[in-house]
Amino acid sequence: MNATRAYLPAVALLLLAGLIPVLVAANTVLNFIVFTLIIALAAQGWNLLGGFGGQFSFGHAAFFGTGAYATAILQARYGVNAWAGFAIGIALSAAVGWMIGYLSFRSGLRGSYFALVTLAFAEVFRILANASAFTGGAAGTLVRLDMRPENFQFASRAVFVWIALALVGFVLIMTIAIGRARFGAWLAAVRENEDAARALGVDVLGVKLKAITLSAGVTGAAGALYVQYYLYLDANIAYGAWISVEALIAPIIGGIGTPLGPVIGAVTLHGLGELTKLFAGRIPGIDLVIYGALLVAAIAFAPDGIMGLLRKAQRRKDADKATDQNVTEGTL
Amino acid sequence: MTSAIDISRRTLLTTTAAAGVASLAMPGILRAQAPIIKIGILQPVTGALAYDGQQGQIGAEAAIKAINDAGGIKAMGGAKLQMVFGDARSTPEGGTAEVERMQAEGVAAIVGGFASPICLAASQAAARYDLPYIVDVGVSDAIVSRGLKNTFRFGPGFGTVTKTALDNLTKLNDAAGKPAKTVVLVHEDGLFGSGLAKLMQAELPKRGFEVLDTIAHPTPSRDMSNVALQIRAKNPDLVIPSSYYGEFALLARTMQQQRIRPKGIYAVLNGAASNFRFVKEFQDAAQFVMDCNHWHDPRKPVAEALRKQVEASGKFWTYNIPLNWSCVALLADALERAGSADKAKLTEALAASTFAGHIMPYGPTRFTNGQNEGGAPVNTQVQGADIKVIFPADFADAKAVFPVPA
Amino acid sequence: MFAPDIILAAVLNGLMTGSVYALIALGLTLVYGVLHIINFAHGATLTAAMFAVYVAHTVFRLDPYLALVIVTPLFFGLGYGLQRFVIGPASHGEDRNILLVTLGLSILIENAMLAMFRSDTRSIDVPYAFSSIDLGFTFLALPRVLAFGVALLVALLLGLLLTRTDTGKAIRAVAKEKTGAALAGIDVAHIYAVTFGLGAACVAIAACLLMPTFYVTPRAGNAFVLVAFTIVVLGGMGSIPGALIGALFIGVVESLCGLFFGESLGQIGIFLIFILVLLVKPTGLFGARA
Repeated sequence: MNATRAYLPAVALLLLAGLIPVLVAANTVLNFIVFTLIIALAAQGWNLLGGFGGQFSFGHAAFFGTGAYATAILQARYGVNAWAGFAIGIALSAAVGWMIGYLSFRSGLRGSYFALVTLAFAEVFRILANASAFTGGAAGTLVRLDMRPENFQFASRAVFVWIALALVGFVLIMTIAIGRARFGAWLAAVRENEDAARALGVDVLGVKLKAITLSAGVTGAAGALYVQYYLYLDANIAYGAWISVEALIAPIIGGIGTPLGPVIGAVTLHGLGELTKLFAGRIPGIDLVIYGALLVAAIAFAPDGIMGLLRKAQRRKDADKATDQNVTEGTL
Repeated sequence: MTSAIDISRRTLLTTTAAAGVASLAMPGILRAQAPIIKIGILQPVTGALAYDGQQGQIGAEAAIKAINDAGGIKAMGGAKLQMVFGDARSTPEGGTAEVERMQAEGVAAIVGGFASPICLAASQAAARYDLPYIVDVGVSDAIVSRGLKNTFRFGPGFGTVTKTALDNLTKLNDAAGKPAKTVVLVHEDGLFGSGLAKLMQAELPKRGFEVLDTIAHPTPSRDMSNVALQIRAKNPDLVIPSSYYGEFALLARTMQQQRIRPKGIYAVLNGAASNFRFVKEFQDAAQFVMDCNHWHDPRKPVAEALRKQVEASGKFWTYNIPLNWSCVALLADALERAGSADKAKLTEALAASTFAGHIMPYGPTRFTNGQNEGGAPVNTQVQGADIKVIFPADFADAKAVFPVPA
Repeated sequence: MFAPDIILAAVLNGLMTGSVYALIALGLTLVYGVLHIINFAHGATLTAAMFAVYVAHTVFRLDPYLALVIVTPLFFGLGYGLQRFVIGPASHGEDRNILLVTLGLSILIENAMLAMFRSDTRSIDVPYAFSSIDLGFTFLALPRVLAFGVALLVALLLGLLLTRTDTGKAIRAVAKEKTGAALAGIDVAHIYAVTFGLGAACVAIAACLLMPTFYVTPRAGNAFVLVAFTIVVLGGMGSIPGALIGALFIGVVESLCGLFFGESLGQIGIFLIFILVLLVKPTGLFGARA
């Protein structure tokens, strides 16, 4: 596949999405898009490690929360510029990613064991953040509302959509690039068969560490973005299991290990969530019952995610075309 | 993307239709009647805080019905209030999303939020549109210290609650001949419990109490046996718990099981001590537990009538109900005085509000930087099968039983 | 420092709490050992079982211990059906899909409970709730002592079932070598469902033992799941004695950590042990090779 064909769909999609705030003025919609993009970004981070590298983490909250807390605390406590805080937040979550990766990969943890250890790390962070005065304890950390661009706060929701979109787009292109680079091949090798990869001379530990560091940085960026948008953070938002689950479920629904999968998954899941609110009615919980049922149905009927479904449809279309051709040729 | 806008419009239709505000039950009549003012009611009715959210919703709906039945907003041609309900899903971003939707529906103001994190995020989102936001419970003092012009809190915050709780405790103890000297604090480790415990720890020694221990516990807790053990080990005169319903019920039961009987249990903003469910289901464990909490004014017939009405429908009476009832009434009063649903005029009317028609024991409202200066908690005590007000003295309907008879 | 009798009382408390953890962990470890998946719906199943006990008590005036006889087979059936007709077909044999299906089910079950019962905290009042055994230095709540005994008994019975019965042998065969077992004529789908049913039955028993002293809300089960994960890892995934001993150990650790570091930070003790075990000996104390 040549470079243009690889990047074209992603770039086209991004440009199209960038038009939305121009066409739709409703803040309800823009707010939905921003939140969905934050989740998509967190999921893109997970996908780098889980989708491409085959290392399923149940604790990406550890990275989301670190990015978020660093950004918030640096501003609220030390008066650091928001943009600088954002960058430092990403760097710190990457560092946390490297540390957790170093500890667990060096011990040879894989599969469910790796999943559980990441979960435990996130829980430890959550409890500590909830108890320590540094993070504001249980009262959380509040970023002052001061809507100026230098504070990374904007009066218009549209600007936030573009920033979130730019970040998602950047990671999307980076992911495609990784898939085409040698690093992507190593990652795939580690995912498919770690021992074989090692035998072929791949530095398995190094590759995994690079992947988790990158992955943590991206998910950390999502956390930092969350703080800049909502301006409030506590331990359950930052390190709660909800974000670990969101980050993991979106790529699986969208198409695991595909660059677009996490984005499509996040949009589908949250679109579905909005849709089921239609059925909310008087009884609380009914909409989420439907949501859960749809989730199960989605897995039953699209086991390889939406990207898998699309591929299958494409193949069938190609096959149909081929039959058509045969028929035409036959009649001739 | 137009479909998304369409969705939100349809959500409104389904929610309001389903809300079934009795007076609006017939759409035919509705169309023929006076104009409509939409007000947003934001409560977490799913997720971890669902119980409190559902209780709050009861209060808000009852108030809307009462106002409409009494002829709506007279200054606006008898305009009826119409509820736009939003489920905050127990998360700040859930609250924010609903604020955006309510704004798109064209609500005049928003009431509710319940938990401080939701109130913080939702009032901020509303501030973008200068949309008036009335906090129903949210006790974090950060809510009213951000300089947001649109945000009003009707009830008291942490600072006021703690101060009142301490003042009343000191009075209570002095009146009984100072039987209590030592205290163990038990608190949930979230925003509300930790904040209170910190203030208590600093203030109690100044008032002559010795804090023997401060025990934090997570919500949810699986087991309270250890907390009970620690209390027994310290053997304090007084236990001051600040926990949500489940944990406090568990603790009270465990203490009873372990035969731990301090001279008093003096709860602050406790989820169970002012909840009739607790009193009804565990009368022995609940007996003589005191609480310093939001509570309706028992002198006001409207409050007592509402309580009867709620209890007749099989629901338990909690402070969320009168608080939300009062917040909606406060908004209606402001609408009446502003004579319009214009946001700026409404904000102004709220800020200048001297509303006395609410059912809390606060006196007329006075807002300073969005905080109602009159907002204060009261002290209640479980006595028999009832929850009685024991402080302040001018409207207490029972005398405090302290120290608890052995 | 605490007096020795307080510490001893804390240890006893920990053992009794641990015994309930054991039942929940047994279900989890069994399913993990055979199906090699982490069942996200485990907590929701516990919640559902607790509500079943609640309904049995309030509607049918059934004592929770008597309800055990009805709720346990009921949940075995439900678990069996869930795996056989929902989880199995929906997940196409892919681990990550099973994970998602159980996640979807947990959202579904939890919110169905919310819609049905609302979010009120509910508990049942039994005459013996406050009966306790006086040991001189502490009181042991009778329902918790009973829970301890029943939990041990159930673990023993489960162990016997796995080693002495044909079904048990089939379960172990499938756990070890799925393809081989299938070749030997074992109906793998059936065995999967039986295992899942047993997991649900364990949780149902735990619910019956919990309800006399605990409360139920639509999210009550979640509090027990994370700790059950820890136990399963500590004991070695798939190991029955591991889950039992791991649970008692975690119960005691939690209790003592709570006593010395406070309840909130005490939870960290559990997770630090969890992380350490994973990093140092990921197969757990009783686990086979990973």
